[in-house]
Order: sequence, then C-alpha cells, then structure tokens
Amino acid sequence: MNEITKDLLREISDWDGEFKGAYNIRENGQCAGRVSSKNIRIESKKDQPGLEIFIAPGTKGETVSIPACVTQGNIDDLVYNDFFVGEAADVIIVAGCGIHTETGEPARHNGIHRFFLGKGSHVKYLEKHIGKGHGTGLRYIDPVTEAELEENSVLEMDTAQIGGVDRTTRITSAKLSEGAKLYIRERILTEKEQTAKTDFKVEMNGRDSGVDLISRSVAKDNSHQAYHSVIIGNAPCTGHSECDAIISENGKVDAAPELHARDNDAALIHEAAIGKIAGEQILKLRTLGMTEEEAEATIIDGFLS
Amino acid sequence: MLRLENISWKTPDGVGILRDLSLTVPDGKLIVITGPNGGGKTTLAKIIAGIYKQNSGRLYLDDTDITDLDITERAKLGISFAFQQPVRFKGITVRKLIELAAGEKLPLNKICDYMSQVGLCAEEYIDREVNSTLSGGEIKRIEIATVLARHSVLTVFDEPEAGIDLWSFTNLIKTFEDIRNSLKGSIIIISHQERILKIADEIAVVAGGTIKAQGKPDEMMKLLAENNAVTGKCFKQEAMF
Repeated sequence: MNEITKDLLREISDWDGEFKGAYNIRENGQCAGRVSSKNIRIESKKDQPGLEIFIAPGTKGETVSIPACVTQGNIDDLVYNDFFVGEAADVIIVAGCGIHTETGEPARHNGIHRFFLGKGSHVKYLEKHIGKGHGTGLRYIDPVTEAELEENSVLEMDTAQIGGVDRTTRITSAKLSEGAKLYIRERILTEKEQTAKTDFKVEMNGRDSGVDLISRSVAKDNSHQAYHSVIIGNAPCTGHSECDAIISENGKVDAAPELHARDNDAALIHEAAIGKIAGEQILKLRTLGMTEEEAEATIIDGFLS
Repeated sequence: MLRLENISWKTPDGVGILRDLSLTVPDGKLIVITGPNGGGKTTLAKIIAGIYKQNSGRLYLDDTDITDLDITERAKLGISFAFQQPVRFKGITVRKLIELAAGEKLPLNKICDYMSQVGLCAEEYIDREVNSTLSGGEIKRIEIATVLARHSVLTVFDEPEAGIDLWSFTNLIKTFEDIRNSLKGSIIIISHQERILKIADEIAVVAGGTIKAQGKPDEMMKLLAENNAVTGKCFKQEAMF
C-alpha cells in the first residue's frame, strides 16, 4: 500500500493504521489487503471484478470496510461488490473512494454496490468520496447503489462527496418490502468546473414501508449539479424527500423530484429549496465576530455536516 | 459606556427614521428603549450593532470611536446583538452555535450553564439543529444563550418578547431579571412590555426618530401611562396578554 493510499484511507474511512473488523482495501484496481471475520466473509467474485460479502444472520455490532483508492492517472477502475446481509444482522458497512492524481491523465472509479438485506436486518452504510492531487486530469467517481430490503429491514445510507471530484454520476435505487425503511443522507459539494448528477429511484412495494431521503448540496464557482428523485408508493407507505441546495458565484443546481402514488394510502411528500446563503445568516455570524468569509464557510460546513 | 451623538438615518428612499438622536448608556446599566411602532427603535438597535450605517452622527464605546467600524469589528470589541427574529441554520447545532458565539470549544457543563440561564435543558437541545423544528420560544432562548456566551461589554436585545407565547414570555422575564442581577456589561433592550420596562435602570422613549423622554422606571411608567401623546400608546399592559 503506498503512502497516498494511506492518506486517502484516513479521509474516506477513518483508517488509523488498521481496520477494526473485516476489510478489503482496493488500490488501483488491485487488492491491497483483505481480512474476513468469523461472521463476515469476503470473497472475490468469480466472473467479474469485485467482491461478495456475506454477513451471517444475527451478526451484531461488527463493521466491514471496503475502501477503494486510485492514486494515479490513466486508470479506469470498475468494481462490482455484492453484500448479502443475513436476517437480523446489525452491522456498519464503510465503502469510501478516493482518487489522487498528479498528472494530466484522467482517473475513474466506478463502484457498483448491491445490497440484499435479509428480514429484520439493519445496515448503516457510510460512503465518502474525495478527489485530491494537483494533476489536471479529470477525476471521475460514478457510484451505483442498488438495494433490496426484505421485510422489516432498515438501511441507513450516509453518503458524502466533499470536493475534488470533477465528474460524478451517482445512481441509487431501492426496492422495499413490508415494513422496510430506507434513510438516505446525501451531501455534495462541487466547485470550479465540476459537475455532479444524482439520481434516486425508490419503490415501496410493501405495506408500512418508508423512505426518508435528504440531499444537501453546495454548488460553488462554475459548477453544476442535477438532482432527480423518483419515489413510487405501490402500497400503504410513507415517503419523504428533501433537496436543499446553496448556490454561490455562478453555481447552478437543477432539482427534479418526482412522486408517484400508486396506492390510496401512500403518503408522499417532497420539499425543495435552492438559493444563495441567506444574508441574515451571515449577519448573525458577523455579530458573533466573524468576517463575511468566515461566516460563509461556517454556514456551508454546517449545512454539509 | 456607549455614547451616541446626533445620529440620523434615512431609508434608501429618503424617509427620515432617526433625527439627530443622542443617547448615553452607562457601564453596568440596563436601558430599555420603548416607543411606538415605526418610531425608530429597531433602527437604533441595528445602528449600534453596525447592521445599519447612520447618515450622520458618531458612536463611541468607552473612548473608542466606533462610527466607522463594521459589524464584525464592533462584535470583536464586545458589542452583541440579539435578533428580534432569530436566524435559523440548517445543519448547525445548538452546541456549535453557542461555541461559535463563545469563540472556543466548550465543555458540556459550560454549555449547560448558558442553557439553564435561559431555562433550557442542555442535554435535550445541544445536538439539535438550529432549524425550523425549534419553536419561537425555544429559538428565542437559544438566541439569548448565544449572546450570554459572548461575555459582551454591551448587549442589545431587539424586542425579545416578539413572536413568543405567554408561557415562554413569563419565563423570559425571569431570564432577564437573572441577567439583570448578574450583569457585568451594559444592556439595551428594545421592548414594549411593561414587565421588562420595570426591571430597567432607565427607560428611554423613542418616537418620531428621537428621544422624547428618558428617566427612572417609576417616573417614566407614570409618564407613559398618562401621556399617550408622548408615547403613541407604545407600551402594552400585561393584561393585554
């Protein structure tokens, strides 16, 4: 594992020299370390690049980390990771990605993650993406997340992309059975000439299923973000989505939420707000002794926290 | 000590709001500024904080001429301003806002001190965002807690009673009485409320853009009650709640 990978690991997965629990480190398309645990088995896929992660039924309190790092240009890394979460398991999955380039060549990581949550299981899924380095080559991160939630399972997805990624297309889809709950928290910061496109599709097929999707984004400089969500209620269910965006300089944000009620007892709500930082927020922080620049940075940090 | 000399301010379209107004706020005193709506009270408060810039006149904090200092510079000198409509922030927690006000990370017991002074239990609130889920009474108290955390030499409260329910108001009065008793710096409260007027060291009546009268609470309350022409029925009897 090279030093750049170690730096990236610290940022995307709170690595402090070692991982607690099962892990697999992917470095420039290769495996740089793997450990399974008694309850979490990590295996290479036979037919395509990637992993199969088996989490035994009833596993409690364990963490599995599968960070991916790209530390040089001219790499196009494509990986398929499948998570099979046993019934009543309760685990944390950490799956960040960092790209560091110092050349003019582009670098890309495309992680396709599929989650199969067994009945009554609970997964907290943490995904942090960053781009670093001084190279002019574009950094691409294009994650695809697909989730199937069986009865009464819960998936909490916390995903953040805070700077440095030039192009991203993020596609997330989920199908929920009876009583299943999906919570998504997404935060995206774009600056300079970066673009980010994020697409969600959630189908609630079981009675009492529910989704709560909150996306917060900041588009600075000449960057552009596009948010699109589709929430479909095919059963008595609850769906809530919220897209809040701060724009500054010439930043542009498009928001296109869709709600589709296909059952008389589907209750679906969407909220969206796009605008620059409210002047009164800056005033308040200035009355606490901050400069205008410090106030703006504080507001954005808080908004994306 | 804050000294305002001959302050005048017009709206951008030329309507005169403050006219040649002069006022002195001595150290360690609580001054309540009252008067009819539209008389210039909030404008005066914002000019003291530097949010509005006067067209003419000068301001002094002790021996420092602060006339040309902006909001940030005045805040750094120890002037605090509690907003009539407290500002909400998505993603910033109560703890973070109080720490920003204090200018440093604070231990839980210190945050508890500030929160209990405004009648809130810190553990219930510190991790909550200062967003629209807080009620008007809650956010008003948190606004006051942020100001307390600053240890200011001069604090300006702009209509602290505005927008809160009776129950919260009753508790708010207690909070101001406590602040009054533990006061180190000076306080200016813009208010219409009789019970706030009663805890003042001095009351100043602002009407028509200038100080119409100034004095001790007893004499000023009598004047306010007797002379509506001066006040324009500017203060509300408690019975009105």
